[in-house]
Amino acid sequence: MAKNEIKYLTAIKTDKHVKKFCRFKKYGIRYVDYKDVEFLKKFLNEQGKLLPRRITGNSLKFQRRVSDAVKKARQMALLPYVADLLK
Amino acid sequence: MNNYELMVIFTPVLSEDEFKAAQKKFTALVTEAGGSIIHENPWGLKSLAYPIQKKTTGLYWVLEYTAPSDFNEKLKIQLLRDENVLRHLCTKLDKFAVEYNAKKNSGVKTGTEKAVEAQ
Repeated sequence: MAKNEIKYLTAIKTDKHVKKFCRFKKYGIRYVDYKDVEFLKKFLNEQGKLLPRRITGNSLKFQRRVSDAVKKARQMALLPYVADLLK
Repeated sequence: MNNYELMVIFTPVLSEDEFKAAQKKFTALVTEAGGSIIHENPWGLKSLAYPIQKKTTGLYWVLEYTAPSDFNEKLKIQLLRDENVLRHLCTKLDKFAVEYNAKKNSGVKTGTEKAVEAQ
């Protein structure tokens, strides 16, 4: 048996892990507009509920601003409080 | 003087002239109090995300203005007394918001477009 034959105990990971990023920092957005519904929808799930930071990758500062903006949009009937098929 | 933004939903039953008159009424209040109008944007008839007072549509109107800090309390009373107003929201704008709105009004890209496309 050849000496320099490589053996692995576990299978090699082939899919690359994509690093999450805060889109506000990346694109230099400094104000979260509650009137921009299409943008806010990025942070909601199908039911119109806010997605957690764990999934969106937002920084804490902007996650708070997003949640405030979404709440304002809901008050002004731009976004629903509950929905079945939002997207 | 502070920067504010007011969004009002009027009842959809208003005619074109009544809608204009209602807008005029509130802009007059701002100027009387010593404030100034920066930008006015009537969105017009839009369907609501959920019914308010059994209405499924509303006339949206967005107003940006500067006013002294005690003005908003007076404005709120007027808005609540007006039965044409379904709902209103007054937001204080910080320097980033003012910059954002100025860009948006002049038609320059605000930077959110890229973020909307990227998913």
